Amino acid sequence: MGRRITIYLGTRFLQSLLVLWVIVTILFLLFRLAPGNPLVAYIDPTFTAEQQDELMSRFGLDQPLPVQYVVYLGNLVQGDFGDSFFQRAPVGEIVMEVLPNTLYLTLTSLILAYIIGVIGGIILAWQRGTAAEQAGVTFTLMTRSAPEFWVGMILLAIFAFRLQWLPSSGASSAGVIYTSELDKLTSLDFWQHMILPATTLALYLHGLPLLLMRSNMLEIMQDDFVTMGRFMGYSEWRLMVRRVARNALLPVVTAMALGIGYSIGGNVVIENVFGWPGLGRTLVRAVSANDYPLAQGAFLLIAVVMVLMNFFADMLYGLLDPRIGATERSSS
Amino acid sequence: MLNRAEVHEEVITAPQPQRRGGSALVQALRVVGEVLQRDRLALIGTIIYIFFILIAIFAPVIAPYGPLEVIEEEGIWLANEEPSARFPLGTTNLGRDIFSQLIYGTRTALLVGFSAAIAVAFTGTLVGLIAGYYGGWIDRGLMRLADVAFGIPFLPFIIVLVAFVEPSIWNIVAAMALLLWRDTGRVIRSQVLVVKEKAFVNAAKLSGASNWRIIFLYIAPSILPLSFLYGSLAIGWAIMTEASVSFLGFGDPDVVSWGFMLQDAFLSQAMSREAWYWIIPPGIAIMLTVMAGFFIGRGFEEVLFPRLRRQ
Repeated sequence: MGRRITIYLGTRFLQSLLVLWVIVTILFLLFRLAPGNPLVAYIDPTFTAEQQDELMSRFGLDQPLPVQYVVYLGNLVQGDFGDSFFQRAPVGEIVMEVLPNTLYLTLTSLILAYIIGVIGGIILAWQRGTAAEQAGVTFTLMTRSAPEFWVGMILLAIFAFRLQWLPSSGASSAGVIYTSELDKLTSLDFWQHMILPATTLALYLHGLPLLLMRSNMLEIMQDDFVTMGRFMGYSEWRLMVRRVARNALLPVVTAMALGIGYSIGGNVVIENVFGWPGLGRTLVRAVSANDYPLAQGAFLLIAVVMVLMNFFADMLYGLLDPRIGATERSSS
Repeated sequence: MLNRAEVHEEVITAPQPQRRGGSALVQALRVVGEVLQRDRLALIGTIIYIFFILIAIFAPVIAPYGPLEVIEEEGIWLANEEPSARFPLGTTNLGRDIFSQLIYGTRTALLVGFSAAIAVAFTGTLVGLIAGYYGGWIDRGLMRLADVAFGIPFLPFIIVLVAFVEPSIWNIVAAMALLLWRDTGRVIRSQVLVVKEKAFVNAAKLSGASNWRIIFLYIAPSILPLSFLYGSLAIGWAIMTEASVSFLGFGDPDVVSWGFMLQDAFLSQAMSREAWYWIIPPGIAIMLTVMAGFFIGRGFEEVLFPRLRRQ
C-alpha cells in the first residue's frame, strides 16, 4: 500500500510540474508573440537607455527566441520576473508582498464557508423532506448562481454605505501601517476590512461543502449501522453528529484543499470589488495598465498556488482514501 | 466537482444506441423531451430560457431606447433619474435607460452562453470520442492536456488572454472554449470506454466499418445526451464568466451586457447612492440564467444517472 501511494504521489508531482511548465511556456509565447514590439514583455519605452540595455542582457532579449526561452526559464527558477513598468520595482518583490493578503482572504473565507457548509449540510440532511430543507437548498443554489461581485456590491451598499458599520475598501484604514505580517494579523482594523470580502466569498463557496455534506449524509444514513444504532436506542442527534456526520466529513475535507486552488483563481473579482490589495487586484491593474512583467508575474504566482493546492488535495486524497488507488483517479 | 466525475464513472443506463445512422440528433432530442416530462426543475429551467429567448428576439420592440443611447432633454442629459413611468428602472450616470440596457443585455448573455456551450460541448465531445476510441498514446496525450487545462486558473487566464487580443465577446467565448472542454472531454471519454466494448460496435468493426464511421455513427449517438448535459452546464458558466470579465473592465466596450451594466453601476458609485433599481436587476437576470442552466443539467443527470434519483 505504501508503495502505491508513493507512486501515486510521484506521478501527481510530475504532472504538477508538467502543468506549470506548460503554463510558463504558454505565457512565454503569449508575451513574446504579442502584436507590436517583441520587447514589450520587459521593456517599457519610457525606460532609460541604460535600463533598457540592462534588461536586454538580463533577459537575453537580443538573442534568438530559443535562447530567450532558456534564459526566461532560468530567470523564473530564480524568481526573477523582471521589473514592473509602473512601480519601477522588481515584480518578484511586488507579488510576494501582496501574496499573503490573498492567502489570508482565501483561507478565512474557506474556513467560514466550510463551517457554514458542513453544519448546514448536516441540518439539511437531518431535515430531509421538510420545507426548511427546500428553502435551504434553494438558498444555496441561489448563492451559487449569483455573481460574486454582485453579492459584494449589495453587501457594500448595505453594510458600508447605508449602515456604515464596515469599511468599503482596502485592507487597512488610511494612515495605518503594519510593521510586520504578525502586526497585521493581530490588528482589529485588518479584520474589520476582512469581514465583507470574506463573507461574500464564503457565501459563494459554502454551496459545494453544503451539498456534498448533505448527499454524503443521506447516503450514509441508509447504512446498516445507522439502523442498528436506532434499534439500540441512541438519540437521533447523537446518531447524526457522532456517527453519520463523522463519516460524511472525509470527502468534504478533501474537497476543501481543492477549493483553495479554485478560489485563489476566483477571488480576483472579489479583490477588485473590495479594493483588497492581493494578487488578483494586482493582476487586473497590471493588465489594464499594460504592465506586462507584473501581469505575467501575478498570473504565474496564482497558477503556482493553484497547482500546489491541487497537488496537496491529491495528497490528502491518496492518504485518506487509499482504496482509490493511483490508477483509477489518474485516468479519470 | 469532485464527485460529479466519480458519479459518471458508474453510468447505469447507457442510452440505447441508434443503429440507423443520421438520426442521432433526433434521438438526443428524444432524451431532452424525456427529461422535461420527468423533471419539474428542468422544466422550470427551460421555461426561464424560453422567456429570455423571447426577450432577446423582441428586444428592439420591448426596449424604449437604444442600449447606449444618451437621452437628452433640451440639451441636458437625463442622468441618474429615479425610476418613473418613462424610465421604469431609471437612468445611468450618462443618461442611458437602464431598462433598455437590461433588455438588450439578454441578447449578449444568450449569445455568449449558447455559443460558448456549443463550442465547449463540441470540443469536449470530439476529444472524448477520439481519446476513448483510439486509446494508447493519443488517449494519454489528450488526457494530460486536460490535466493542464484543469491546472490553469480560469478567470485570470481569460483576463491575460483578453488583454492581448481585441476585447470582444467572441474572444471571451474562444478563451472559454480553450479551457472548459476539459470536463466534457473526460466524462465523454470514460463513457466511450464503456460503449466501445458493446456488441454492436464489435459487429460494426467485423463488418469492416471504418474508424470514423464507427465513432460518429455508432458511438457518438449514445454519448450525445452527455454532451447536452455538459453543454447546458456550460451556458451558465459562460454567462457568469462574461459578466465577471466585463465587470473587471475587459469586456467588449460596444456591447451592453449585464456585467457591463454592473461595472457601470460600480464605477459610478451606485451603491453609495442606493440606486437599487440599477444594481439589483442585472444580477437577478444573471442569477436566473445560471440557475436555469443548473436546473436543466440536473434534470439530465437524473434521467441519465438514475442512481442519483434516490436522493
